[in-house]
Amino acid sequence: MKSKAWTEKFMEGVFLIAACASVLAVALICVFLFANGVPAMKEIGFVQFITGEMWKPNHRIFGILPMIVGSIYVTAGAIIIGVPIGILTSVFMAFYCPKQIYKPLKMATELLAGIPSVVYGFFGLVVLVPIMRNLGNILHDVFPEIFKSAGNGNSMLTASLLLGIMILPTIIGTTEAALRAVPMQYYEGSLALGATRERSIFCVLIPAAKSGVIAGIVLGIGRAIGETMAVIMVAGNQARMPAGILKGVRTMTANIVIEMGYATDLHREALIATGVVLFVFILIINFSVALLNRRSECE
Amino acid sequence: MSNQTTFKQKIKKYRKHPGSFLMLLLVMMGAILTFLVLIFLVVYILVNGIPSIGPALFSLHYTSENVSLMPALINTVIMTGLSLLIAVPLGIFASIFLVEYAKQGNRLMGVIRLTTETLSGIPSIVYGLFGMLFFVNTLGWGFSLLAGAFTLSIMILPLILRQTEESLKAVPDSFREGSFGLGAGKLRTVFHIVLPSAVPGILAGVILAVGRIVGETAALMYTAGTVAKVPSNIMGSGRTLALHMYTLASEGLYMDQAYATAVILLVLVVGINTLSGGIAKRLMKA
Repeated sequence: MKSKAWTEKFMEGVFLIAACASVLAVALICVFLFANGVPAMKEIGFVQFITGEMWKPNHRIFGILPMIVGSIYVTAGAIIIGVPIGILTSVFMAFYCPKQIYKPLKMATELLAGIPSVVYGFFGLVVLVPIMRNLGNILHDVFPEIFKSAGNGNSMLTASLLLGIMILPTIIGTTEAALRAVPMQYYEGSLALGATRERSIFCVLIPAAKSGVIAGIVLGIGRAIGETMAVIMVAGNQARMPAGILKGVRTMTANIVIEMGYATDLHREALIATGVVLFVFILIINFSVALLNRRSECE
Repeated sequence: MSNQTTFKQKIKKYRKHPGSFLMLLLVMMGAILTFLVLIFLVVYILVNGIPSIGPALFSLHYTSENVSLMPALINTVIMTGLSLLIAVPLGIFASIFLVEYAKQGNRLMGVIRLTTETLSGIPSIVYGLFGMLFFVNTLGWGFSLLAGAFTLSIMILPLILRQTEESLKAVPDSFREGSFGLGAGKLRTVFHIVLPSAVPGILAGVILAVGRIVGETAALMYTAGTVAKVPSNIMGSGRTLALHMYTLASEGLYMDQAYATAVILLVLVVGINTLSGGIAKRLMKA
C-alpha cells in the first residue's frame, strides 16, 4: 500500500515537471537570445543599432532600421491585401456558402494553412515574381513619374502579396468563428427592421464580432512579421531603406537567415540582436492577442 | 435561411439597395479570389512538378547529377521520429497535469498557459536562433539531427499540449468516477481509463505536429544544417525535405527537381493534414 502511494506521488511529480517544460523553454529562449544579443546592442549603441540606416557588416556599421521598416512595410502590405479578402471570404463561408460546397471549401482553407512556407515561397518565385516584373514594367511605362524604375519583380509588393495569401487562412478561420459566435437574434432583429442581408452582416454582425476579427488580424500580423523563407525567396533582400513598392526590401527575418551562415564576432551578435528585436515585436503582438481574447471572453 | 423570395423579388430588392448589391458582389469576388488562388497554386505546382518525378529522384545517394531527394526524405522521417519522441510524452504528461492534477485557479496553471501561448506565437526563425545558440553551441552538439529535433520539439510542444488538453477534457467525468468507484487509484484511472479514451484526439494533434515538422525550414537551417546526405548517426548534420527544396530553389540550377520536390512536399503535408482532420472528425462522431 505504501509503495503505491509513493508511485502516485512520484508520477504526479513527473507530470508537474513535464508541465513546467514550456515555462522552462520560454525562459531558456529569453535568456539565450538576450544574453547573446544585448551585449552586441550595447557595443554598437542601442540607439545607433535601432535607428541606424546603414547595414554594412564589412565596415562594422550595424543599423537595422532598414530591416525594421522593411518588416513593417511588408507586413502592412500583407494586411492591406489579406484582411479585406479574408473578411469577405469568411462572410461568404458563414452566410452565403451553399451547404453542399461548404465542407470542401472549409477543407481548402485548412489546406491553405497547412502548405509549408517554402512551397509558398517557391510559388512566389516562379509565378508571382515574373507577373510583378511585367506589372512593374507596365506601371513604369504608364506612370514614369511615380514609378521611377520598373524593378525586377523581387519587391516589397511581391512579398506583401505572397504574405497576404499566406495569412488568409488565419484571418478566415478566426473571423468566421467570431461571426458564428454572434447570436442569431442580432441578425434576425436587423432583418426584421427592414435591413437587407448585406446591411445586417456588415453593419450589425461584423461590429458585434469586432474583437474576434481584430484578434485574427493581430494573429495575421504575427504570422506575417515572423515569416522567413517565403519572404526571402521573393523580396530581393537589399539591405537599404525601402525606396518604393517595386523595389527590393529586406526584413529582419531575412537578415538573420541570409547572413548567419558566414557571420562572425560582432556581426554574428548583431544578427542575434536582430532576432531579439524581432522577438520583442512578437512578444508585444502575442500579448495584445491574449489581451483581446480575454476581453472578448469577458464580453 | 428560408428562401421564399423569388429570384425576381431579390433583384427588385437589390435595385432598391445598390449598396447591398455591391457588398454582395464584393463578398462573392473575395471568396472566388481566395479559392482561385488556392486552386491555381496547387494545380500549377502539380502540373509542373509531376512530369519531373522520375526514379532518379529516389536514388539512395545524392549527387549533382540525380539531385536525389531520397536522403532528405529519410532525414525528414528520422527528424520527425526524434522530435515526436521528445515532444509527445512531454506534451501528454504536461496536459495530464493540467487537466487531472492541477487545481482550478492554480497560479502555476496561468503561467503555463501563458508560456504555451507565447511558444505557439514565436516564429520559426527565432526557434532556429535559439536552437543554434543553445543546442548547437552551448551544449556543443554541432549541426546535427539531434539539435534540430530538440528545436522542433519545443516548437510543436504547444500544439500537442493543447490538442491533448482538449481531448482529455472531453472525456466525461463519469468515466473517472466509475474508475474511482471500482477502487482504482488516480494514476491507474489516468493511464487505463482517461488516456485510452482520449487517444483519437491526441493522435490528431500529433499528426498535425508531423505536418509542421515536415514543412519546417527556418528552424532547421542553423540547427540541423544543410548536408545533402543521411548522416551515420543522429549527431551528424543532414537536411530535411523542406530545406532540400529551399536549397534547390535558391540555387536556381535544378528547377525541375525543385518542382518535383515541391509536389512531394505538398502531397505529404496535405495527406498528413487530411489524415489528422479525418481522425478528429471521427472523434466528433464517436
